[in-house]
Amino acid sequence: MTGTLLAIQGLTKAYPGVLANDAVSFDIGTGEVHALLGENGAGKSTLVKMIYGLVKPDAGRMVMQGAPYAPNAPRAARAAGVAMVFQHFSLFEALTVAENIALGMENPPAMRDLATRIRTVSQTYGLPLDPARVVGDLSAGERQRVEIIRCLLQSPRLLIMDEPTSVLTPQEVAILFETLRKLRSEGVSILYISHKLEEIRALCDTATILRGGRKVATCTPAEKTARDLAEMMVGAVLKVPERHAAPSGDPLLKVTGLSVASPAQFGTALRDISFAVRPGEVLGIGGVAGNGQDELLLALSGELLSRRGMVTVAGQDVSREGPVARRAAGLLCAPEERLGHAAAPDMSLTENAALTAAARMGMLRQGFINWVAARGYAEKVIAAFDVRTPGPQVAARALSGGNLQKFVIGREVLQAPRVLVVNQPTWGVDAAAAAAIRQALLDLAAGGAAVVVISQDLDELMEIADRFGALNGGRLSALRPTAGLSVDEIGLMMGGAHGMEVAHVG
Amino acid sequence: MIRLEKRRMPSQVWTWAAPVVAVLATMVAGGAVFAALGKDPLVAIRTIFWDPLFSEFAFYYRPQLMIKGAPLVLIAIGLSLGFRAGIWNIGAEGQYIMGALAGAGVALAAYPLEAAWLFPAMVIAGALGGWAWAMIPGLLKVTLGTNEILVSLMLVYVAEKILAAMALGLMKNPDGFGFPGSRNLQQYPSATSWIDQAAGLHWGVAAAFIAVIAAYVLLSRHVLGFQIRLAGQAPRAARFAGVNTARLVLFCLGTSGALAGMAGLFEVAGPSGVVSIDFNAGYGFTAIIVAFLGRLHPLGILLAGGLMALTYVGGDMAQANLQLPKAAIQLFQGMMLFFLLAVDVFTNFRLRINLRGAA
Repeated sequence: MTGTLLAIQGLTKAYPGVLANDAVSFDIGTGEVHALLGENGAGKSTLVKMIYGLVKPDAGRMVMQGAPYAPNAPRAARAAGVAMVFQHFSLFEALTVAENIALGMENPPAMRDLATRIRTVSQTYGLPLDPARVVGDLSAGERQRVEIIRCLLQSPRLLIMDEPTSVLTPQEVAILFETLRKLRSEGVSILYISHKLEEIRALCDTATILRGGRKVATCTPAEKTARDLAEMMVGAVLKVPERHAAPSGDPLLKVTGLSVASPAQFGTALRDISFAVRPGEVLGIGGVAGNGQDELLLALSGELLSRRGMVTVAGQDVSREGPVARRAAGLLCAPEERLGHAAAPDMSLTENAALTAAARMGMLRQGFINWVAARGYAEKVIAAFDVRTPGPQVAARALSGGNLQKFVIGREVLQAPRVLVVNQPTWGVDAAAAAAIRQALLDLAAGGAAVVVISQDLDELMEIADRFGALNGGRLSALRPTAGLSVDEIGLMMGGAHGMEVAHVG
Repeated sequence: MIRLEKRRMPSQVWTWAAPVVAVLATMVAGGAVFAALGKDPLVAIRTIFWDPLFSEFAFYYRPQLMIKGAPLVLIAIGLSLGFRAGIWNIGAEGQYIMGALAGAGVALAAYPLEAAWLFPAMVIAGALGGWAWAMIPGLLKVTLGTNEILVSLMLVYVAEKILAAMALGLMKNPDGFGFPGSRNLQQYPSATSWIDQAAGLHWGVAAAFIAVIAAYVLLSRHVLGFQIRLAGQAPRAARFAGVNTARLVLFCLGTSGALAGMAGLFEVAGPSGVVSIDFNAGYGFTAIIVAFLGRLHPLGILLAGGLMALTYVGGDMAQANLQLPKAAIQLFQGMMLFFLLAVDVFTNFRLRINLRGAA
């Protein structure tokens, strides 16, 4: 570490109604891995967008190596040596790796030269990747490598990474960290955005913690415990969910040899999935995104039908039944995508309450909907799950992601299901709300329901699941009790590192 | 810099202001067209929008408004159900023709029998005729995944051929001295749809009002109406909720077909009276404009149907009194949809004018 690469001085940005960043100042050293920590809504993305030239600060300034730095567009940021890997990839699935990379460059070289350069960079930094492959066939980890290599080809001085490990297996995380450490040794600075505390402790030299738009602290993460960091992030003492359920009795949900094709073009078909969940049990299903999680939820919710005998609820075969009959049998689901799938964006919360609860909560009489009852149920969900909204007449799309997620989970939980299947129940939800949702799932299990939690957050699964399995290429690993399961074992269940046969860490 | 910013919630004000603004913009642009044709724009606009209602001859034109408006409202109500669900029946004109042929066929087959059951039977036959014609795109979509827009539209031209064949062949009036066209059902007491011809009142007018009320109840109270809205707004959420898409397609196409067929029957048994080659007047297409102008809302459609009838009746007056070409009136009607779609952007977006330049 020699000196400061980028000094951030009093950056402030206000949006209507919120102060996203309030006089944030810190320095990023040359050849330093600097963590930016904070909950959803703490102002991390706004800050990064200002550094990358996507948003212009209202006040404050940035200094890069002694010269004022005020990018007015990402192009200017890239010219100054700032590159960014976004959490959501911007890749064309039907094009090859090299074509995708060429599309993101200002002056792309000839395709053959580019392929050679991609191979060189991929070998130098230990990011195995074949430039001729079609992106649609790549795993999430490999897609991320495409984005990283795209950045590295610009020889950046500062590399910004937004939640890079949320789509990786533990083994892939290890490869990524090797790459980042190598970059650091070459003098590249890295701004690493995450809320995964153990990773930050293992990788980062310095951490800046944001809360509510303000900088709370800058510290050396290795000297703090994960709990210290979390409490600085949240600003309160965290409550760990309590579990008291003891699984017992005959399975409520039984899946036997479930195989279905994916409805999406680059989706993952489910292959021979079998498991059973007993009353009081929480089954955690992990895995890297895109390995069949969405398809599994569709096959359980009834949006995808399977062959007879594949899905049974309390002994009743529902494989050929649609969502309505499955709800009647007590099998309820909450899909990952809140807007557009779990809820209709332009409809009110009252209407969205009727979306799945109409039949079970007695809102239907001879085909007519009792809107007073629907409104009452929506109000009940809002109260029980602390959904922050002016009232049930508000359109779903006007709610923040976390609040809508609470509403969607609450809508299913309060229907007292026998079996509840949720996909990514706390994605994008702040820590306190996430804890409340997890507690609700545990309470539901304690009440004798069978709960299946599909999630990419391994910490979450370890915290609430009794047994764990991982989806990999549409297959489910053997289920193991979560107690005593090590990170390495979980990583292997998730399929280890993808694409390691192509190249090795150089 | 001018840019559009997505609203967090669709604007309630703009939802209802958009049709009004669109009509005003149409008047301005239409006035410019009329001026370019050498007519006084103010006189032309007054002739179309004011004279049919309030001039000294309005007593003659007011009944015409009901006659023109009823089929538009009846068809548009049916279409609006499908449009809300994202099911695009563009072929109401064909279903209108087939309904008229089926209903008139019953009457012509029974002629000269006088019986109380005849007219109800014709109504049922008319509805079934339109329903069956709409089931063709419906079943093809459900079983083979064809595009209902293309199939229903192309079937309009098939229906027109059948109409011509019927008017010149099977349904030709045997006492008509070889002229094309059927017997006049206006003069067949058991078969006519007129209740009071002088007042412009026929059973189609009654059916249009009933359809408005029924559609309102369906959309606001019934689970089927909820599913229709859901399927149109959020198809994935609809599947998650358990909406049977195939059944919804058949219901929406079938209902709009049946209503269009009934509109055709009421027309052929009343105002038109005769199955002739050119008996269809384009109501099936104009009803698409009415449906959107009325915000796909039953009450809105009622108002929009009245407004569109006004442009028909006023357009006829403008043609007769000002020698405006018929195409200019059709252009005028088309502009209304065009402006509505353009103004509609403001329902979901807000205009931001930033004079300081790009941020």
